[in-house]
Amino acid sequence: MSAAPGSALQVRGLSKNFGALAVAQSIDLDLAPGARMGLIGPNGAGKTTFINLLTGMLSPDAGSIHLNGEAIDRMKPEDRVRRGLARTHQINTLLNETNVRDNVAIAVAEREKIAWRTLRFRPQWRACLDEADERLREIGIAEVADRRVSELPYGRQRLLEIAIALALKPRVLLLDEPAAGVPSAESHIIHDVLDRLPKDIAILIIEHDMDVVFRFAKEITVLVQGRILTRGVPQQIAADPEVRAVYLGRSVK
Amino acid sequence: MKPADNPALADDRVSPLWHAVPWLLAIAFYFMAAGYHSLGTSILVYILLTLSLDLALGYAGIITLGHAAFFGFGAYAAALFAIHVYSEPVTGIIVATVATGIFAALTGMLILHTQGVTLLMLTLAISILLAEWANRAHTITGGEDGLRVTMGYVLGLFRFDLWGRVAYLYALAVLFVWFLAAWSIVHSPFGRSLDGIRQSPARMRAIGTPVWWRLVAIYALSGAMAGTAGALSAQTTRFVGLNTLHVLISGIAVVMLVLGGTKRLYGAFIGATIYVVVQDIAAKINPFYWMFVIGGLLMATVMFLEGGLMEVLDIVRRRFRQLFARVKS
Repeated sequence: MSAAPGSALQVRGLSKNFGALAVAQSIDLDLAPGARMGLIGPNGAGKTTFINLLTGMLSPDAGSIHLNGEAIDRMKPEDRVRRGLARTHQINTLLNETNVRDNVAIAVAEREKIAWRTLRFRPQWRACLDEADERLREIGIAEVADRRVSELPYGRQRLLEIAIALALKPRVLLLDEPAAGVPSAESHIIHDVLDRLPKDIAILIIEHDMDVVFRFAKEITVLVQGRILTRGVPQQIAADPEVRAVYLGRSVK
Repeated sequence: MKPADNPALADDRVSPLWHAVPWLLAIAFYFMAAGYHSLGTSILVYILLTLSLDLALGYAGIITLGHAAFFGFGAYAAALFAIHVYSEPVTGIIVATVATGIFAALTGMLILHTQGVTLLMLTLAISILLAEWANRAHTITGGEDGLRVTMGYVLGLFRFDLWGRVAYLYALAVLFVWFLAAWSIVHSPFGRSLDGIRQSPARMRAIGTPVWWRLVAIYALSGAMAGTAGALSAQTTRFVGLNTLHVLISGIAVVMLVLGGTKRLYGAFIGATIYVVVQDIAAKINPFYWMFVIGGLLMATVMFLEGGLMEVLDIVRRRFRQLFARVKS
């Protein structure tokens, strides 16, 4: 199946079963360049499974995934990343013993394909460090560049996750609950960063915090039991009685 | 926080003078320790083996008890090459190193998709299989009798003398070359990606790192280095036996690494030296109980010095720096 031109990410008929349990049932999804899509659904709806299918941590039973028109559904996770599909993690997977700057610089080195070098690497590694500092400045955590990740407050760690994903210069970015676990007093920092993400990147955000999703997303897809229940602009979703019944259970402004 | 508080960063700021210390000591040993050169050579061989383990286990986090396989492989390769092909040591050690590297790459490809206890058992299994094969293949390896080797002159110029002086300098030169390589590797982007893989393979995959290939690469390099150590041992003692393949060798290397300190490179120097010297002295005092001393040292290190004996050096170094600062002001 060929992909529609101009689509950053195109998913068609993506399905996955765990035994008798269908965790993804013929999911279709399109992200245009610069898209801001929210993916919501109750616990166990298959949101994280869907992300894992996209990134290649799981292999689908059926369906196709195209990234910028190229089929990626048979590729290994790292090859998908190299082609421009980046993600952040719900739980911390950062390099805790390494300092913040190096965490980003290592990602830059992978992107620039110099991570195999063992000889005459100094100028290139220097450039990676400089770019890392720039990314940290953009996201507003430059002052902790020399600190070990394990010493950072949780909110800063979430920001670092985003900084690393951006350092890969992705075309499509999957944000898996970027604000989860962040104290509400600090959540506005995450919101600010989300608002300032580069306009050309297509973004899919999974988030439990409805305020974040409805603030950030221009369109919302609702996933229930591995199936897409409905999709639309935030106002439509908030007003949809079916969505409210299965998921929200309360009114949303 | 000051960068100096972070050992990983502080390591980069060590004054070049400190780097000269171990090598100057090694050269001083050559002039002062008449009669102990073969003991010195065996320390250098163990340092090289421990250094190779530091790359795989310390930096890349590959849990292994199989480095004896590479040590023994290198030793037999060097001996067989000297006996059947060409007896010049430098050629022999290069051949043995490359051969062991290929062997390590192939076994690495086979087992490095696993981790933890599974990986540990597989490294152990390969090591045992190789040792058993060497035991059976009497016509090639000499079996229980081992192989006696006659070595040629180093580069056709220097003859291995009876007192082991040339052998000591030869081993020191080989160690120095590998040390420079190891230093370059651990500070390169490649080395940093290994450090990342040890901490979080999931993170590294998420930034596009081909984790398995990186591990195979460092396993092959580390194996090649351990092979060099084995080849050095065979060439300088002019003998290779089944003991070079014994699992005990892997265990000793791990003890030396932990004793000296992992992820420091120089930890291998301290750990191997202390181990061999303590073994030598304690065994003279009481040939049956010397393991007690090593065991006690190991326990004390693990319980009180997280970074191994290198941490003691760090403290000394910091004191020196403070002293300098005070003298200056």
